[in-house]
Amino acid sequence: MIIDAKIPAGPIAEKWSRHKFSNKLVNPANRRKYHVIIVGTGLAGGSAAATLAEQGYNVTSFCYQDSPRRAHSIAAQGGINAAKNYQNDGDSIHRLFYDTVKGGDFRSREANVHRLAEVSANIIDQCAAQGVPFAREYGGLLANRSFGGAQVSRTFYARGATGQQLLLGAYSALSRQIGLGTVKMYNRHEMLDLVLVDGHAKGIVTRNLVTGEIKSWAADAVVLATGGYSNAFYLSTNAVGCNSIATMRAYKKGAGFANPCYTQIHPTCIPQSGDHQSKLTLMSESLRNDGRVWVPKDAADCEKPPEQIPEEARDYFLERKYPSFGNLAPRDIASRAAKEACDEGRGVGSGKRGVYLDFADAIQRLGESAIQERYGNLFDIYERITGDSAYRKPMRIYPAPHYTMGGLWVDYNLQSTIPGLFVIGEANFSDHGANRLGASALMQGLADGYFVLPNTLPNYLAGEKPGIINTGLDAFQEVEADVNAFTEKLLSINGTRTPRSLHLDLGRIMWEKCGMARNKAGLEEALRKIPEIRQEFWANLKVTGEGKQLNQELERAGRLAEFLDLAELMCHDALDRDESCGGHFREEHQTEDGEAVRLDDDFAHAAIWEYRGAGEKPTRHVEELDFKDVPLAVRSYK
Amino acid sequence: MNLKLKIWRQDTSDGSGQFKHYEINNVSPDSSFLEMLDMLNEQLVESGDQSVAFDSDCREGVCGMCSLTINGIPHGGHQGTTTCQLHMRSFSDGQTITIEPFRAKSFPVLRDLVVDRGGFDEIIQAGGFITCRTGSAQDANEIPIPKPLADDAFDFAACIGCGACVAACKNASAMLFTGAKIAHLNSLPQGKAEKDRRTLSMVSKMDEAGFGNCRNYGECSAVCPKEIPLDVIAKMNRDFAVASVKGFISK
Repeated sequence: MIIDAKIPAGPIAEKWSRHKFSNKLVNPANRRKYHVIIVGTGLAGGSAAATLAEQGYNVTSFCYQDSPRRAHSIAAQGGINAAKNYQNDGDSIHRLFYDTVKGGDFRSREANVHRLAEVSANIIDQCAAQGVPFAREYGGLLANRSFGGAQVSRTFYARGATGQQLLLGAYSALSRQIGLGTVKMYNRHEMLDLVLVDGHAKGIVTRNLVTGEIKSWAADAVVLATGGYSNAFYLSTNAVGCNSIATMRAYKKGAGFANPCYTQIHPTCIPQSGDHQSKLTLMSESLRNDGRVWVPKDAADCEKPPEQIPEEARDYFLERKYPSFGNLAPRDIASRAAKEACDEGRGVGSGKRGVYLDFADAIQRLGESAIQERYGNLFDIYERITGDSAYRKPMRIYPAPHYTMGGLWVDYNLQSTIPGLFVIGEANFSDHGANRLGASALMQGLADGYFVLPNTLPNYLAGEKPGIINTGLDAFQEVEADVNAFTEKLLSINGTRTPRSLHLDLGRIMWEKCGMARNKAGLEEALRKIPEIRQEFWANLKVTGEGKQLNQELERAGRLAEFLDLAELMCHDALDRDESCGGHFREEHQTEDGEAVRLDDDFAHAAIWEYRGAGEKPTRHVEELDFKDVPLAVRSYK
Repeated sequence: MNLKLKIWRQDTSDGSGQFKHYEINNVSPDSSFLEMLDMLNEQLVESGDQSVAFDSDCREGVCGMCSLTINGIPHGGHQGTTTCQLHMRSFSDGQTITIEPFRAKSFPVLRDLVVDRGGFDEIIQAGGFITCRTGSAQDANEIPIPKPLADDAFDFAACIGCGACVAACKNASAMLFTGAKIAHLNSLPQGKAEKDRRTLSMVSKMDEAGFGNCRNYGECSAVCPKEIPLDVIAKMNRDFAVASVKGFISK
């Protein structure tokens, strides 16, 4: 496997504009001869499909949901960062770049992050023009708020439903192209495999989730925008359908998988209430603008109702430990601090796995109506799930798997190690290093889809002869036969274990051994246990119904099959990365007061895994990361 | 909690269906309605039966994928709540719960409780957008939008496209859905250029897709999980009338 990041030469602030100029272009009249497949219709996939179609390419899009509008970007609550400096508080492209590299704990690629900061302002312009109803001030100009890991206000938002409004914006642009016939949209279709022709990605095989039909699709390039893999943990803030089939099939066809162990555990989620639970619900990070996080100082007070615990008996642990960032400490740090407090026996609520997020001070200072205006829908969600009102008593929150910084490795052009296979949004690994800052996922998804891919994909297409690939080629027939055989196999085991029950087993191991804190012994244990679950899966799985019908058990089983392999890869990566960085916290590497210790001499690189076949340990490659413009430093938020 | 369930089962879109009765015990009152169905499905699969097919994805009330008519009411009849956010503490021990798909001619059943809401996508494709080529936008602060207007636009844009409005309406009208998108885009300065075209095109697609007309029953707004106000239909009718008259005069 050759790892060449293809970072353009020149000063950091000029790389992107120089690169755009040196890229090959496709003449407008020739664009319609090229055919691009895009899998996924979230912020990245939806915006890419709309933009490429506007440019004149033929696009075919797929999503597993019943409409492209349902992709899980829709659930993002808090906001989207952009270096507009509308607040005149010292923000700039360079500061957003700096904050993102630092926030990622010096494990991201500088050139990509700078480009992200550069295009961030264009995203806000584009979305406002589409009619996205961003929050406004009384003068009619855009409002901002603060997010974790930043000391400026650069987050744009639409109440607590920013992801929804941005996604509906991208969906409207996509819908316009569907109406014009430039995008062919296939809903309720799941990509089950990737097709290579002479080493280049030239198509996919899908299953129609309504009829069960397995079908091949050919194109000149394939784009994966299939999101992250937090559902490897079973319980996460992801939608129940989010899965890693597309990225794992690409990995098994030769695409490098980078940093699979970098998973983000979000500090503010509603705690789990029992084994019946199918997902965890996030409470936006924006709540930490006004909410104060605390636990009782004394474990003996944990059973008392919060209002009976006097001020002096409370430990506002984030404010105490990180005075300059306080409650807005970055996510990895805030999550670990909450875990630490609960590990000390000072957690609250059921199972004592929770901490308070208290709005009493803010309500007293600003009034209930101001808080309702800012967070009303979040308070409603909280009340619906828990039955409690956060206006009357503090919320109880606990960290939960939320976002995966790891993903398929891509070069500066967002192309994977397979030529012709491009990966955008959460599905790639590129911009967030070992920890993503709040409000940066929406920024990256839209940056990739609206502004980056449409400027890099043509460079690949320009070197390809259009329209020579068709599904009659042997390569397609072979992959289709493999997919049919795989589906048959899942249906024929006829054992006793349901896909959900096996997924629950996998999730427990991953959360305990490869979750917020990891250690060598635990990871080795996970690497023993995961193959046992996989063995149980292939020996004792039970899927009822048939292949040629709408069969949700079959869908679940197929998704779990890939999660089992991915979970193992995550543990290999976590074990071999013998340092702590960002969301990857190895207990062996911490300071006396529990802060992460990075080992830059040995690990200032991205780890890229190459598939070696079922049951074989994959090969670990590295991409060395240079920090020229943001010098390596110990990340401190104190 | 122990419950009796009466669930609509249907194998294919062209076949007929029927209610089947199930019993489910030891349901946690803290579980969501869909988690209760997950539990039932585990039991069904373990005993060799096929699970009950139903749509859901985000399970936090915003993607709009979940549906279900529960005891005759789309999303179960709790104000501002989708089925996925409905919790079992809202039901009582021993209760019989009837679960059906969203019923409407334009939402054909695909299997069990899963319906095809593709008509909604077609309405948006007809005009539910502001044409602005990527990269062509001016600075976002160049168009000031008064806060009350921005707030209203957000309220209209909050629609999740779940289809409860259609399922609740005797006429299976999609006017709340269509009106919400038209009100969102037509009210903003960015959306003015295409206002007439958008309104005529979306309304005509709505009719073509087989959705019925509004008779002001108001059931749509009552079941809407995002509480889209009935006013959007009046706004749409006004914009439609203006656009039609303009079209007539210019002929």
